[in-house]
This record gives sequence, C-alpha cells and structure tokens, in this order.
Amino acid sequence: MTLDTTPFGAPARVISVSGDGAVALRLMQMGVVPGVAVSVVKSAPLGDPIQVRIRDYDLALRRIEAQTITVAFDNE
Amino acid sequence: MNALLEQLPSQSSSSQTRPLQKPLTIAVAGNPNAGKTSLFNALTGLRQKVANYPGVTVERKEGLWSLAPDSPAARVIDLPGLYSLEATSVDEQIARDVLLGREANIARPDVVIVAVDTTNLVRNLYLFTQLMETECRLVVALTMFDLAERSNLKINVEKLSKGLGVPVVPVMARQRRGIDRLAEAVLKVAAETSDPCPTLSNGSVNHVQRWQTEATSSRTSAAKNNTRPQPLFASDLVITSAQTWQTRLIDRYRWIENVVAGAVFAETARKHSATERIDALVTHRIAGPVILFLVMLLVFQTIFSWANLPMNLIDRVFNVLADAVRAHLPAGMLTDLIVSGIIPGVGGVLMFLPQIVLLFFFITVLEDSGYMARAAFLMDRLMRGVGLHGKAFVPLLSSFACAVPGIMATRTIENPKDRVATIMIAPFMSCSARLPVYTLMIAAFFSGQKVIGFISLGALIILAMYLLGIAFAVVVAWVLKHTLLKAPSPPFVMELPPYRLPNPRNVAHSLLARVGVFLKRAGTVILAISILLWALVAFPRGPVSTTEGAIDNGAGYASVQVENSYAGQAGRLIEPLIKPLGFDWKIGVGLISSFAARETVISTLSIVYNVGENPGEGSASLIKAIRNAKRSDGSLVWTPLVALSLMVFFVLACQCMSTVAVVRRETNSWRWPLFMVCYMLLLAYVSSFVTYQGGRLLGFT
Repeated sequence: MTLDTTPFGAPARVISVSGDGAVALRLMQMGVVPGVAVSVVKSAPLGDPIQVRIRDYDLALRRIEAQTITVAFDNE
Repeated sequence: MNALLEQLPSQSSSSQTRPLQKPLTIAVAGNPNAGKTSLFNALTGLRQKVANYPGVTVERKEGLWSLAPDSPAARVIDLPGLYSLEATSVDEQIARDVLLGREANIARPDVVIVAVDTTNLVRNLYLFTQLMETECRLVVALTMFDLAERSNLKINVEKLSKGLGVPVVPVMARQRRGIDRLAEAVLKVAAETSDPCPTLSNGSVNHVQRWQTEATSSRTSAAKNNTRPQPLFASDLVITSAQTWQTRLIDRYRWIENVVAGAVFAETARKHSATERIDALVTHRIAGPVILFLVMLLVFQTIFSWANLPMNLIDRVFNVLADAVRAHLPAGMLTDLIVSGIIPGVGGVLMFLPQIVLLFFFITVLEDSGYMARAAFLMDRLMRGVGLHGKAFVPLLSSFACAVPGIMATRTIENPKDRVATIMIAPFMSCSARLPVYTLMIAAFFSGQKVIGFISLGALIILAMYLLGIAFAVVVAWVLKHTLLKAPSPPFVMELPPYRLPNPRNVAHSLLARVGVFLKRAGTVILAISILLWALVAFPRGPVSTTEGAIDNGAGYASVQVENSYAGQAGRLIEPLIKPLGFDWKIGVGLISSFAARETVISTLSIVYNVGENPGEGSASLIKAIRNAKRSDGSLVWTPLVALSLMVFFVLACQCMSTVAVVRRETNSWRWPLFMVCYMLLLAYVSSFVTYQGGRLLGFT
C-alpha cells in the first residue's frame, strides 16, 4: 500500500521509498526511512497535498510524492 | 575521551580552557524552525548585522558574542536553515558552503553549534551525522528543551552527549538559559588540539568508523591528486546505484535512532498538542480557507487603512520641509532640485514605509508562528494549477499592498525557476500605488453612478482592475512555466512546524533588517531616478519668468516649462504612439514620469495642467482640469473611455523603480528586470489599445 492511499489516522510503518531522484532524496533526508512510524493526518481542502505524521513531526507532501512511499499497517 | 566527557555538564566553572588569543568564528547550523534564530539573537543581542552573501540573495547574518570576559568576542554566523548538507536550494547550498569552508570570504568556522530541536530529535540529528564527517568541531545545543520536557520526554543529556560524542547543552533561548554553559562548551571544544572527529561510545563505532575511514581516504587521495576533498554526501557522490546513497542514508538514521533510544524516554503516550487542536480548525476543509481569507483580509485592511495615518503624516512632513526649504534658500537651480526633485522623490519612497513595515511585520509574524506553512498547504493545489508553488501564495498576496516585500518574500520558494516565475508576476497584483490613480480616474469620470442598487460603479471598476491583474498573472505564469521557465516540478515536501508564539525580539530584529535593506536599495535608486526626472522636466530651461521662484504654484510658466523640457519633448515624441490608446502628449509626459513610480503621474499631470504641485488624488482642481482639457480642435481629451484605457495601462505596466531594483537584487541579474519591464509594457500597450479601440468600436466615447 502506498502512502497516498493509506486511510486517515491508521498507524503504519514505512517499508520503502522508491526512486532515486530529488523527491526520494528529499523524503529520506527528512526522515522517511524504512521502519519509521507514519500516519496520514488529513488532506488539504482540495484533496491535495496531504499532511502526514512522520515519527515526531508533520510533513506536507503531494499525493504524487506520497505514491513513492510504500507502507504497511502497524500491527503492534 | 573520558576526561572530556567528565567535564560535562559543568556545574562549577572549573573549566581548564586557557583564554583565547584570537576571536573565534562560530557558525550556528540546524534545521529550519529549530530555533536557530532565537539562539542567535540570544547570543549576539543587538550586535548583529545583516548583509548578503556575494552573488546571491541569501541573507547573511553575523553578530558578536562574548564567550568569556577574558576572551575577544566571537564572530557568530547564523546560517540559513538546512535539513541536510545535500543541499537542494540556494539557502542550503550557502549554509553548506560556509560549513565546509568553501564560501569565499568566510573562513571555515572554528566551532559549529548545531541547533537541535529537542521535540524532533531524530530528524534534527541527521544533519549532525553529516557534520560529524567533516572537520568541524561541534557542539549540540538542544533547543525547545522546556517544550520537550513538558510533553513528557525525559532526556538524559549526559547519555546523549556520550552517544553523540560531543558536548550537548540544553538551551532555552527566550529565557537566555543555558547560554553560559554553551559558551563553556564552545571554548572547550575550540581549545582542543586533537583530531576534531568526535569520539563515540562503542555501539556506534562501526558506522562512524566506516564513514571516517572513507572520509579520510577521500581526503588523502584528494591531497595526492591535488583536488578538493569531496565530502561524502549523496549528491556529491558519483552515484553508482540507488542503493549506495539510500543505504548510507538509512545507516545514519539507524545510528541516530540507536543513540536517541539510549538517552530519551517518552514517559506517556503523546497527547494531542495545542498545534493539533489549532490545526483542526486552520487546515479544516471549510474553516481553513475561511480563516485564511479572514487573515488576509485583516492584513489588507491594516495596510490600507492603518497605514494611512502615518502615510499622511509623512506626506505632510515632506510638504512642510519643501516649503521651509523654498522659503529659506535663495531661488535657483539647487533649491529647485531639492524642492521639486529630491524631496518629492525621497518623500515618495518614504511615504510607503508604513505600508512596507506593516507588511513585513505580518509576513514575519505569519512565518515565525508557523501559519505560513499552513497557507501554502491550503493553497498549493490552486497554485499548482497555474504552475506555481503553494509557497507563492503569500508573496503574491503581499504584492497587493506592495510588490517590494512580496518579491522579497519569495525567498521561501526553493526552486529557482518557480521563484523567478512568481517574481515575474508579482507586479500584476495591483499594488497600493495604483490606487491613487484609479481613485483619480474614477472620481473624475465614474463618480456617483450606481450599479445594482447600492454598489457604486467606481468600486466595481476597481475590482475589475484587480481581477484583470490577477487574470494576466495567471496567464503569464502559465506561459512562463511552459516556455522560458520550464522545469520539472520540484518536490513540494514541506514541514508543517508546530505553532509557536513569535518572539517579539526576533520579529523586531527581522523587521529592522529587512526594512533597512529596502530603504537602502530602493531609496538610492529612487533618489537617482527622481533627480533624473526632475532634470528631464527642468531642462532645457524655458523662457525666463519674471517672477522669482523658478517653478511656482499654478502660473502658466510651469506648464510652458514642462512643454519645452526634455520630458515634454519626449511626450510629444511618443504622442503618435499613444494616440491609439486615447492619450495625448500631456498624458504621455505623465506616463513617462510614472515609470519611476506610479503615483508621480498625478503630480506630473498637475504640473502639466497648471494645477499646482501637490494636489493629492482627490484634488478637485485636477479633476476639473482633466475634465475640461481640450484639444486644438475643441474635442475633449479625456473621456471615460480614455480614463479606462489609462487604468488598464496602469494595471499592467511595470512602473516602479523600487520593484525593478528589488527584482534585480533577487534574481541577481539585469536580464529578468529588463524582461519584466518590456513584456509588461507590451501587455499594457496592447490591452490599453484593445480597451480604447474596442470601446470606440462599441460606440462608447
């Protein structure tokens, strides 16, 4: 499941970030790394961008960027 | 290693550092929103200065910090915030270059204070791991420490320090707590003569040793080949596969997680912070945009009405000054230059100061509080439809008051092409200087008429002018992004920082710095242009008047002078060009003079029509003069259609030297400002043409 289709509020973990371009670099620098706790908080009024909680802080990103992040539900 | 760590944290100041002989250079680095600036302000107080890094428009903030009574004050540099040394924006590149000693004119910092936001430790430490690989001596300052503790985080500072291998000092910049201990740590670290690579506890040796070995080998091989040693950062590496840099990056985060896990404990589950509660409203699907609208309305209202009082005050002061000078200095060229050139010129710029100060104030408060990020979040979808970045919203909106601070606010847009596109269209947002022109035209030709009952035609026309500007801005942005400024959309990825109450001291500092820069730059250019314009109107000298006082109120002399001057000749020269727009040579003179600053068209027109020098936009006499102006064949020069045509011209033309100066500064070349003036002039001409001729075709006069 990718981050742009993750339901709001569901706790999840990052599995991987695809791509090796500017987007992937930026995301990973900001802490979107395998294993990190992530959840989607909400979307902007027009549906895009989305607000995501990564570990300890909030990140806003466009859905097309969120698509590169593969996540899985956190079952712990 | 243990000797170093045992001296931390020092309760008693028994540090064994010897007093410094020469002043230190200290850089403060850290993530955006990590409290760097508060820390910097706490260290340097009022001993700051703001300049520019050569060749770019990144602000360079430096100050002096007295570390200890017996040492010379250290030079502290507040670096732009950066998430990583793999810089993706100009700001970050500058920060990186300074840290690595690559920036010309700035010596490699002796010590780097890494400001780390305690409430967001892991991500903030990413930069630290990169800095560890460089030759910098590091000290970590834990900012927002009190906030972290209040949210039930228990931080063992000693363990953290041991894990990271450098001194760690909690600071609370607002209360100025921890500063002394920070000074001690800095002195200690600076006095070390040993290898700057920090020593680390056992668990972390593997990773860092590997990095250090690689860093050292890259340095030695570079030394052998006589090339600059390359730091080992993703974008600087020759990337052999996606795996290489991703693995390294993930390694860093694993290391950080390890260290933090050993030193930080979250006692209870995180409760909903105030930020979350506020955001429930601020980024709500419906409440969000409404609140944004209200905030913007407040900003505008303030700028348009509250600024009036100080503006009028300044205006009056300059009038008084002009009168005083005229009264006390002998009549002649110099007096005239001062009274009709310098004073109105400088006064014209200074008159806008209250608006600009207010606008900068709001922008700073919105940025510092964290609201700006939410505004970009809400507006991104719309802006993107036009090809702009969400962060362009506030700068563009600010340009409705004055394009100068609006354009300066585009610095938050990281991608240079997006930024230039935003700068190019900012002047289309009808700024407050256009308002006097609109007001004059409407008072002269559209007053008193109502549409749909109570809405006045005048208000509707003003609204139409604003919308026209916006429409053109949208189109031009789209065109630019698809032609000249074509570029793949850069990542939007943007942090939404926790809401914070802006620190008044920070805001004041920021305000003073930015306003100072505006005054200096725009002021000098405007002054020069005003003098030039004055000269164009004053020369060549017309027939000598018998009355004393070269340019006087009223009197046909002034009008004759204008007609014979260079400006007047220029007006006549372009008359055939502007006739299709409905303008005659007198309006032409006004147009020419308005290119320095829009509002001057009013004073120029009043001179040309013999009304006197400082009429103000509602001047009854000017309105009367305009309404009655006749051509040689008896037909009226000014009609409502001509007024409309003029307004359209003013909506679209770039008539502001301050804007040109700021664009030059922000884009660092003359190409863009020149391009902007030209294409806007073209658009203005064509639109004015269409308005006038189209109106004629439709039967209006």
